[in-house]
Amino acid sequence: MAKHHIAFTVNGDPVETLCETEETLLDVLRNGLGLTGTKEGCGTGDCGACSVILDGRLVCSCLVLGVEANGKSVETIEGMARGDELHPLQRKFLEHAALQCGICTPGFLVAAKALLDRNPNPTETEVRYWLAGNLCRCTGYDKIVRAVLDAAAEMRRA
Amino acid sequence: MQERVRNAEAATDLKVIGTRPIRPDGVDKVTGRARFGADYNLPGQLIGKVLRSPYPHARIKRIDTSKAAALPGVKAIVTRDDFPDQPSEFVPAGEMLINYRDLVRNIMAREKVLYEGHAVAAVAATSASIAKQALKLIEVEYEVLPHVLDVDEAMRPDAPLLHENMITAGVDPAPNTPSNIAKRVEFKLGDVEKGFAEADVIIEREFKTKPVHQGYIEPHACLANVSEDGQAELWVTTQGHWIVRAHCARLLGWDASKLRVIASEIGGGFGGKTVVYLEPVALALSAKAKRPVKMVMTRDEVFRATGPTSGATVRVKIGAKNDGCITAGEAELWYQAGAFQGSPVGPGAMCAFAPYDLENVKTVGYDVVTNRPKVAAYRAPGAPISEYAVESVVDELAKAIGMDPIDFRLKNAAKEGTKAAYGPKFGPIGLIETLEAAKAHPHWSAPLGPNQGRGVASGFWFNVGGETTVQLQLNEDGTFNLVAGTPDIGGLRASLCMMAAEELGIDPSRIRPLIGDTASLGFNFLTGGSRSTFAGGMAVVEAARKVIAQARERAAKLWELPLEEVIFEDGLVKPTGEHAGKNLVLSFADLGRLAGKTGGPIVGNASLTAHGAAPTFGTHIADVEVDPETGKISVIRYTVIQDAGRAIHPSYVEGQFQGGAAQGIGWALNEEYIYGEDGRLQNPSFLDYRMPVASDLPMIDTVIVEVPNPRHPYGVRGVGETPIVPPLAAIANAVEDATGLRFTELPMSPPRVLAAIEAARARGDKRLKLKF
Amino acid sequence: MRYEAPETLEAAVTLLANEPGEARVLAGGTDLLVQLKTDIIAPQLLVDIKRIAELREVKREAGGFRIGAAVTGAELKEHPELKTVWPGVVEAANLIGSTQVQGRATLGGNLCNASPAADSVPALIAAGARVTVVGPNGRRDLPVENVVLGPRRLALEKGEFVVSFFLPPRPPRSADAYLRFIPRTEMDIAVVGAGVNLTLNEEGKVTAARVGLGAVAARPLLVPEAAEALVGSSLEDQALARFEEAVRSACQPIDDKRGTREFRIKVAGVMARRAALKAYERARSR
Repeated sequence: MAKHHIAFTVNGDPVETLCETEETLLDVLRNGLGLTGTKEGCGTGDCGACSVILDGRLVCSCLVLGVEANGKSVETIEGMARGDELHPLQRKFLEHAALQCGICTPGFLVAAKALLDRNPNPTETEVRYWLAGNLCRCTGYDKIVRAVLDAAAEMRRA
Repeated sequence: MQERVRNAEAATDLKVIGTRPIRPDGVDKVTGRARFGADYNLPGQLIGKVLRSPYPHARIKRIDTSKAAALPGVKAIVTRDDFPDQPSEFVPAGEMLINYRDLVRNIMAREKVLYEGHAVAAVAATSASIAKQALKLIEVEYEVLPHVLDVDEAMRPDAPLLHENMITAGVDPAPNTPSNIAKRVEFKLGDVEKGFAEADVIIEREFKTKPVHQGYIEPHACLANVSEDGQAELWVTTQGHWIVRAHCARLLGWDASKLRVIASEIGGGFGGKTVVYLEPVALALSAKAKRPVKMVMTRDEVFRATGPTSGATVRVKIGAKNDGCITAGEAELWYQAGAFQGSPVGPGAMCAFAPYDLENVKTVGYDVVTNRPKVAAYRAPGAPISEYAVESVVDELAKAIGMDPIDFRLKNAAKEGTKAAYGPKFGPIGLIETLEAAKAHPHWSAPLGPNQGRGVASGFWFNVGGETTVQLQLNEDGTFNLVAGTPDIGGLRASLCMMAAEELGIDPSRIRPLIGDTASLGFNFLTGGSRSTFAGGMAVVEAARKVIAQARERAAKLWELPLEEVIFEDGLVKPTGEHAGKNLVLSFADLGRLAGKTGGPIVGNASLTAHGAAPTFGTHIADVEVDPETGKISVIRYTVIQDAGRAIHPSYVEGQFQGGAAQGIGWALNEEYIYGEDGRLQNPSFLDYRMPVASDLPMIDTVIVEVPNPRHPYGVRGVGETPIVPPLAAIANAVEDATGLRFTELPMSPPRVLAAIEAARARGDKRLKLKF
Repeated sequence: MRYEAPETLEAAVTLLANEPGEARVLAGGTDLLVQLKTDIIAPQLLVDIKRIAELREVKREAGGFRIGAAVTGAELKEHPELKTVWPGVVEAANLIGSTQVQGRATLGGNLCNASPAADSVPALIAAGARVTVVGPNGRRDLPVENVVLGPRRLALEKGEFVVSFFLPPRPPRSADAYLRFIPRTEMDIAVVGAGVNLTLNEEGKVTAARVGLGAVAARPLLVPEAAEALVGSSLEDQALARFEEAVRSACQPIDDKRGTREFRIKVAGVMARRAALKAYERARSR
């Protein structure tokens, strides 16, 4: 079966690769492009570990076909820090100990960034509902929610 | 809100311990750089996939792999014939035991499949899609057998037998007919009949809980690479790579020395990654194909074929006098082991009454096999189930005699010197301190709204020590590398560096930690039993003290002074006595630079079996609100109060408290394995296996109580497991407070709660407190 | 499996109609990809309809709204007028899955997945939405409640697919609401879903009502008997009791992993009453 040739941007950089119809954007990122920062926890859109931003919209990359990404822009965890400087969310996750095992962390960070890009001053409830599609089994969410609220506050001051 | 309550004797001048530095592995984990199990790849690797049984119980009459083998791209196939049979022999794995006869059958079914999802064959192919195609070409002929899922049904005389020759162990005289009851355990103190005779009030209840899964977000994954001469490497997500090595070497008949196991970052385990599933299969495939083989489970496979913990039936009877003294406690526990014996009924029975100082107590446990996946350890294995039942009855008893539930617990609480029913006499423990902190906490006295209720419950876990090896290396520039062998799941590297830094008088950022592979250190038992900060800390302190001893020796040599005139203080080696203040001082940078000329590299090795793990008690307060029309329970406030001995990095101790509480809340409210009549799991996804999501939970307040463990240099107790124990009863007690109804079955899911409310309304039950 | 992403309706119809094997329409993919991955379906052709402009727009039409079948829940929420005029439809669409899923899942996909528990469908039924379908024989319109016949069964011919939804013009003092019951606060499939759409007169009496129910029968239901119980009332207790009874009578649910039959029947009444009160409050404030 012929593979599809797809070209899109990842964190601003143009990429080209081949994929089968069945392969998801998550497969393409991880296996085709070696970008393993985006994680697979379920493959059915129920855990959010594979969250990426596709043309400005937060999505589960396991629920997007690779071929659908053709011509689009994709933002992943690997593009979140700017050079040496961590994104405020990344910094606040570290300061608040908002991660234990860390497998869900990339998905949470990408999802939280998508929230703050739209809503710089979310309430605790808004943070919790926005992030309800990101499962964490280690933290009970407390420190994650605090880190997001604190990052939002810092970004508003900046 | 996070607080700490420190025991007076614990006040110290520690500089690093108790602070909250950024964890050393943190940046890798917020940038996506950290490599987990599925993130490793090798050139030329094949993809391995497992064929699984569609039946819960069937005899395998024939497996024909010839069509699959003929498919282009298929490089290796393994079945039961590729793993030598093993004798029946138990070995420890975490807090549980494993029998190799069973393990070889669990990783690849032999005579029978014993649960839906049981592995039957595996294929390695050049792509995932070819491997999947190949699985469809494997022909398996099954003789389907009747199955049994429920623990009570499995014990009936006419129940289908999973193992035709299994005779219940621990019963004298031994039964002469086989059954699904693998063993009986008993712990006893005093005379319960006498105790019940002295009681003014006796309450007896039966409870049922459902199997729940550990729910780690990272599926099992590994990458095996076996060479032509039998040397092998395995990258794997696990809680203990030496245990993986031991199991795989045994199952494959290989020398342990030939198998090097490298632990990846681990995306959660909670006990579920203490055994092997894919690992020996991937190695066998790689050995056949002579190519690297990568295997990653789907979430569906994780649910159907790994974990979970037991579902159970528990009967508890407790008697007390009107003054609040418990006179006797008795519990019978029937735990599902899944397809092979080895449920955590032993620890369940040990923990059941551990929070209480009782003269007369008896717990009896039964380990029962059923046609479900073999249970694996799950955070304080067995304890949440038995303590849920006991703490529910304790709550009811306190109410029956009109006592505040915290006062009732305080009156009967285990303390230093209490002899536990399972054997030991407790040293200094912090249960009373957690109860007093709970009583003093603003949460305990805050007002409640309509249809809201508050519950409290305590919990216990004994904690373990075990084999631990570390190496602390002084580098030529005065920095250190610390190599440990227990996978870091929740901040271990940070804690170990902090303890080393405290000893060495330096900043923890000067120490770079690493989890070494099985060829780089001596044996390490796994990360489990809340042991890694406790036992790892002991080893790290010993290694650091060896480094300091060497530093003093080197300085003594350089300065030509007797060793006793050289001291170590604030990270520096200095002369003392008449040479004090002579401007002679050596830093670690100096020592590192001079190491080669003063006797060679400075390295501190410690390898020990840690003893003296002290038990940990906690007390939780939960507020719930019940929707009387739908039966939905919302947790609106939650506080965890727990003894930590000493919190090395308080943020990660709080994290353990909060995470354990969240798992316990899920267990109490919505998590359960749902099987159909056909014995097939109906909810093998995060969509229908309902773990708490962010919007389901409130902030989880914590209070760290510190009653130091005298057997640890810094007073550490294991903290990871106890937090999952109290929530089941704390929530059930809160629901009783809100509704007036006692729920003895978990989960308290809306259909079950609404049915109970409706039934209570229909019979005009005066206990019902809800406002409609 | 082939993948095609045509840019016109005609091209899409041709592809779907001419495929000898199984062909599937791909919109948001949030159900389709899961079914592919779990081997529930194995089509030979996927036709991605997201590049067809008509399917991706929300526009005013004849005093109402026309919503393209491939418009996502998140886009509906961001539409400046729609959530004011049809808050129930928008809130229903935004209950489908997580934030991530809302960025992909479409109204057309939610309908054509043909699940009895689809969140947006009871709200669309209550709204009186009409569906425009295109196929080898051209276009046709049908009421949304006639599209789903049963689990995974649609009243669409081979080659046909949904182009858009039409939400009718609103009289004054009209509003809708959708509520569902799930065990958690998010991320679950509805155990019961209820959409209610009301129009009031100046005295606050209901002059027109429509009620849609989800997850209580083999397909989403329009329940005229329940609507009749509200007409002429101001949602007094008696009217609500009759309404709840009518809702419960319409339920023919099953026991499954998500809820029992008894639970669904009981809670359908509760959710429908709460949705009716919410719609009433909204309508009164207009």
